[in-house]
Amino acid sequence: MNATTEYLRLRDLHAFYGESHVLHGVNLVVNRGECVTLLGRNGAGRTTTLRAILGLTGRRTGSIVVNGTEVIGLPTHQIARLGIGYCPEERGIYSSLSCEENLLLPPKLHSAGMSLDEIYTMFPNLAERRHSQGTRLSGGEQQMLAMARVLRTGAQLLLLDEISEGLAPVIVQRLAQIILQLKEKGFTILLVEQNFRFAAPLADRMYVVEHGQIAAEIHQNELDEKREFLQEVLGV
Amino acid sequence: MTEIFGIPIQALMGQLMLGLVNGSFYAMLSLGLAVIFGMLNIINFAHGAMYMAGAFFAWMGLTYWGIGYWWSLILVPLTVGVVGVIIERTMLQWLYQLDHLYGLLLTFGLALMIEGAFRYFYGSSGLPYSIPEELTGAINLGFMFLPKYRAWVVVVSLVVCLATWFVIEKTKLGAYLRAATENPRLTQAFGINVPLMVMLTYGFGVALAGLGGVLAAPAYAVSPLMGSNLIIVVFAVVVIGGMGSIMGSILTGLSLGVIEGLTKVFYAEASNTVVFVVMVIVLMIRPAGLFGKEK
Repeated sequence: MNATTEYLRLRDLHAFYGESHVLHGVNLVVNRGECVTLLGRNGAGRTTTLRAILGLTGRRTGSIVVNGTEVIGLPTHQIARLGIGYCPEERGIYSSLSCEENLLLPPKLHSAGMSLDEIYTMFPNLAERRHSQGTRLSGGEQQMLAMARVLRTGAQLLLLDEISEGLAPVIVQRLAQIILQLKEKGFTILLVEQNFRFAAPLADRMYVVEHGQIAAEIHQNELDEKREFLQEVLGV
Repeated sequence: MTEIFGIPIQALMGQLMLGLVNGSFYAMLSLGLAVIFGMLNIINFAHGAMYMAGAFFAWMGLTYWGIGYWWSLILVPLTVGVVGVIIERTMLQWLYQLDHLYGLLLTFGLALMIEGAFRYFYGSSGLPYSIPEELTGAINLGFMFLPKYRAWVVVVSLVVCLATWFVIEKTKLGAYLRAATENPRLTQAFGINVPLMVMLTYGFGVALAGLGGVLAAPAYAVSPLMGSNLIIVVFAVVVIGGMGSIMGSILTGLSLGVIEGLTKVFYAEASNTVVFVVMVIVLMIRPAGLFGKEK
């Protein structure tokens, strides 16, 4: 695999929250245009991995290379400006901003971002509720908003944390369609998921995270033979 | 002469106007405090000292360098803002992760030092600063004489407060500010330079206090104690209005000034305490303040 196709590489990444050592040397690669999923039990360190990429944890050591740039020493906003769109687990919708203000908040990073019209075509509910207070939206709408918000900026690497959590099955299906559309558009996606059935058909590769380390790597075509192993480590 | 409840209307209107002038200062200062608290999580006890420094800078500009009132209105808030930025960069930025108490103690210490320094050099008796020529005299409104300078103070402070409200609530920059106040880490993860905004917010907040000081210089005597006399009332205003509401700070500031003024007419003995009585009542009924959101 040559370096130009690598979009994100973590090497021996350690991260801390205060005194507690959460990531113990994570190594992973996400290639351009790939959709990679981090699977694992709660508390295994998947969310922390995403947060560590953006410098949202405490102290970090090791190496994080985003599109050829080492970012371990950079402040959060400069890392984001390299083209990362982050969709946090708690969705992070601002109550002091309207739906549309939430949507327009992140600065455009790249001219390739989707226009407001394209976004409203993809998420028609958001168009209807554009003047509502952000946190008055339903859970599903808030999740759509959190996704839409990072699509407008032109970020090429999407870090999506538990986007299917707590949503009705029909909305989860809609999200899966959206992820597929995004893959077609060439986005690079790192997905943290609890919902294996949601993630399995979407992901090109999966990493299993355990105790703050990568415990296994599974390719899409190995899914069937490794199903038993996955059930064991994930408890699904 | 016309009377209302046995009070001559002239006296009533006079006190009402004075109340509005005081209320304008309350509004400007509590607005700055609220914005700073929202962004920095710091209760800025140095706010009164910045207001006092604003008045002194205006006086010093005029006395030492012949810089008149109108230039001071622009230059002094800029100077105070730069001082604020330096304070934020060198001291406050290390305290954001800590309890409110540390920020309060640090800014309280700063206030004491700044006040002490001015007291050492200028004494505490107060220095005169005359009203600019264009604003001397009064307008006869028929039912009262309106001193031009008082009207000017109220108008300037209203314009500044409303402009601040507009920027924060209705513009893109304001959306950044509101987002950074609500969730600074996530806002930074969207590529917004939050530390820079925090620094400028502190600079802007204290610049408002500095502007208040320039406006106050001709209205009151320029004295090292003018800030600490005012800041206690302003903190009561902030508590009554509730943290975090811009319009709340403005309205509470103005109306408490008016309430104070009216108390002077009807029961002068209570005029110094009425704000605190209101504070106690508001805290009993709405602990988060009139415009604050309960958590």
